Amino acid sequence: MEDPWARVTVALTLLAVDPAGLRGLWLRARAGPVRARVQDALVAFAPRKLHPSISDDALFGGLDLAATLGTGTMHHHAGLLGEGGILVLTMAERCPPALAVRLAQALDAQTDLGLIALDETAQDGEGLAPALCERLGLFLDLDALAWADTGPFALPMDQITQARARLSQVRITHDARTQVTGVAAALGIDSMRAPLLTLAAARAHAAWRGATELDAQDLALAVALVLAHRATAVPDAPPDDTPPPPPPQPSDDAAQTPPDTDGAQDIPDDMLIDAARAALPAGVLAKLQAGRVARAVQGQSSSGAVRKSKRRGRPLPSRAGALDSAGRVDVVATLRQAAPWQKLRRQSRPDARAGQVLLMPSDIRVRHFRAQTDRVLIFVVDASGSSALARLAEAKGAIELMLADAYATRDHVALVSFRGRNADLSLAPTRSLVQAKRQLAGLPGGGGTPLAGGLQVALETALHARGHGMAPTLALLTDGRGNIALDGSADRAAAGTDAVQLAQLIARQGIPALVIDTGLRPNPHLASLSAHMGATQIALPRADARALSATLSAAFGD
Amino acid sequence: MTPFPFSAIVGQDEMKTAMILTAIDPRIGGVLVFGDRGTGKSTAVRALAALLPPIDMVAGCPCNSATLADCPDWAGITQAVVVTRPTPVVDMPLGVSEDRVTGALDIERALTRGEKAFQAGLLARANRGYLYIDEVNLLEDHIVDLLLDVAQSGENVVEREGLSIRHPARFVLVGSGNPEEGELRPQLLDRFGLSVEVSSPREIETRIEVMRRRDAYENDHAAFMAHWQAEDADLRAQILAARAALAGVQVSNVALHDCASVCLALGSDGLRGELTLLAAARAMAAFAGADAITREHIRAAAPMALRHRLRRDPLDEAGTGARVARQLAEVLP
Repeated sequence: MEDPWARVTVALTLLAVDPAGLRGLWLRARAGPVRARVQDALVAFAPRKLHPSISDDALFGGLDLAATLGTGTMHHHAGLLGEGGILVLTMAERCPPALAVRLAQALDAQTDLGLIALDETAQDGEGLAPALCERLGLFLDLDALAWADTGPFALPMDQITQARARLSQVRITHDARTQVTGVAAALGIDSMRAPLLTLAAARAHAAWRGATELDAQDLALAVALVLAHRATAVPDAPPDDTPPPPPPQPSDDAAQTPPDTDGAQDIPDDMLIDAARAALPAGVLAKLQAGRVARAVQGQSSSGAVRKSKRRGRPLPSRAGALDSAGRVDVVATLRQAAPWQKLRRQSRPDARAGQVLLMPSDIRVRHFRAQTDRVLIFVVDASGSSALARLAEAKGAIELMLADAYATRDHVALVSFRGRNADLSLAPTRSLVQAKRQLAGLPGGGGTPLAGGLQVALETALHARGHGMAPTLALLTDGRGNIALDGSADRAAAGTDAVQLAQLIARQGIPALVIDTGLRPNPHLASLSAHMGATQIALPRADARALSATLSAAFGD
Repeated sequence: MTPFPFSAIVGQDEMKTAMILTAIDPRIGGVLVFGDRGTGKSTAVRALAALLPPIDMVAGCPCNSATLADCPDWAGITQAVVVTRPTPVVDMPLGVSEDRVTGALDIERALTRGEKAFQAGLLARANRGYLYIDEVNLLEDHIVDLLLDVAQSGENVVEREGLSIRHPARFVLVGSGNPEEGELRPQLLDRFGLSVEVSSPREIETRIEVMRRRDAYENDHAAFMAHWQAEDADLRAQILAARAALAGVQVSNVALHDCASVCLALGSDGLRGELTLLAAARAMAAFAGADAITREHIRAAAPMALRHRLRRDPLDEAGTGARVARQLAEVLP
């Protein structure tokens, strides 16, 4: 579909028609007037919101403390999930994995539940948890939409109700099933949920049109809305001499569309793949893939404050404390402490109101956690031509070995590599061997030595990791012959000054570092650089990956 | 809606076999299912619950005790009314609190009646059944520690808020996860008797069959369930027969020797690998109706029993599954 706003309106309509089949919508957009317009349309059928730090109690229901204490008899309240319907998850990119998995399980278990995830992902490494991306049928990216492209929109609830009633009459033929499965496979989508969700979308669209059979436009639309963003491979476009049929133009007011007589069996697969291709403007797939990798690499980490304060913090039993102390009062623990004494205390306080809980200062319990930060070891690897390529291979091997050990100690490993004119974060902090191996395998070598650039990216990575509650350590592997300055110019003198400045910045941030001289002869510049960085320097004799890994382990005091 | 029938799951034979083996002999230990999304991992676990033979338990016992004598004192059960219930399959959600796992002071009773009573947790409910952890690799460390301790001892000990409670907690762990999101701690990895790797079916026909059955399950529920529940019943009967036959399965010295040499060749840590391999091969033999363990059974059980017990060698591109296969071909030709 060419008009992106029409696509948005159709997606919302389909979700309203068959929330049980489509399970929900992954809406990627920064907050703004365009998203507000979409949200306004949603209010009609998805008025309830939940946020990523919602408590289990609010979500799943539990003891209603206030009512229980007030009346002296037990009161429970239902959770948001218990009521079913479509929920809107705000700031979905901050949804911690635990909540994501539980929502995913609820989606699997309750057919009356749907979820709209508002994903405001702004930077790499954020993103909606994979467990949810996988289950939510529809995907929309509003960031590319300008205000001028949009229009006022309200869901026609009457027509939607009629379409809902027709839903069960829509027949899904064996051909349609075969075809959607084939297209999903051709797009490199492994999950079997994807084709099922696609058929649900096609069926919802057919019901919306008032048809009882799927036609080409139902399928093409479903592929564009459900399959396109899951694609991991888009088959090449057909050669020019056989131009593909023009993509179908599903109208956004489909109730008026005359029933199409095309049978589903006549649709060439190419056409559906084209629909997927058309739904993915250049770059979007790459962006989604990057997000996918970043999310996976991030593993169990979540964004923001939770990670800072108690990411791997082991909750210790709440202990006695005063109301004025800095800690948070653990209400439940406090009540637990007080509860067994209520009968006794009541005897000594006959004036107490019925049902009143008699608290003593000694009942107060305050939460605390044992803070324990994850370590992340950031390898900063010189992949330039001056540093022998063999060394790069050794560094890769060492990283894999460190990672294999690290997963036992729950450390993270990251890799910054620099060569040519640029430095890149080649591997975001990860504990996943699978991801690391994949990223390392494709790492190239050769070119100039932008040492300062490498240090800059390393510093950024370290600060970012620290911001997420991890304790970073740098391991710089280089021969120290930097010849590219920060601005990208091939100026050896400027390159040296820039490198020293960054080394000082690293030292000032108190980031522990280790410099491994991979050169064949000792390099005085590198010695001075490590001094500026406050780093320990090791000269590395010719060694294999295992020896390097052992050296590193010893140096970091493992 | 009734869970999707176990026998209607298309393909994924290794996963299904592993689950059947633990149903025949729970002492094998749990099953770890690692692999891509949308491959039917959770479907299989939920289906398993419906497939397992029911157990007899004392009505009202919080930890599913078989007899009155087994009921913990704190449950305050005086009459043994034995009822038949489906084998418990308890879900342990991520982000669960320690209180809910181990059990804690029953706050409701404490508040409303001023009584100090224990409210049993998930570990009690999973006793004599299965404990399922989806995305097990994302489980918080402090919960993993709890779990390891209980899985080791078979008993849950709660010392908190003035309570001192203990109750049996013997369960089969079933975990699922996606390796791209993080590794599992080796200590926990070790707790799983068997591990399987699942991936999406490669053949288009298989994929279409998955779609067809799912569609029938959703849109032609009654007929679909009637057919497949009959298949499930056959499978259940087969599991029960295998359970009865288990003790009679002969273990020859050759079989013992085979198990030991495979483990030795692979350098799997400790004796746990050998014992699990033997138990799995025995269950495999019982399921096949054989009266002795053959090399065939050992060969079939070895990848599941040993794959996750090998030291990870990141420089070996092939992965642990391939290493087991390679050694098997050499040691047990």
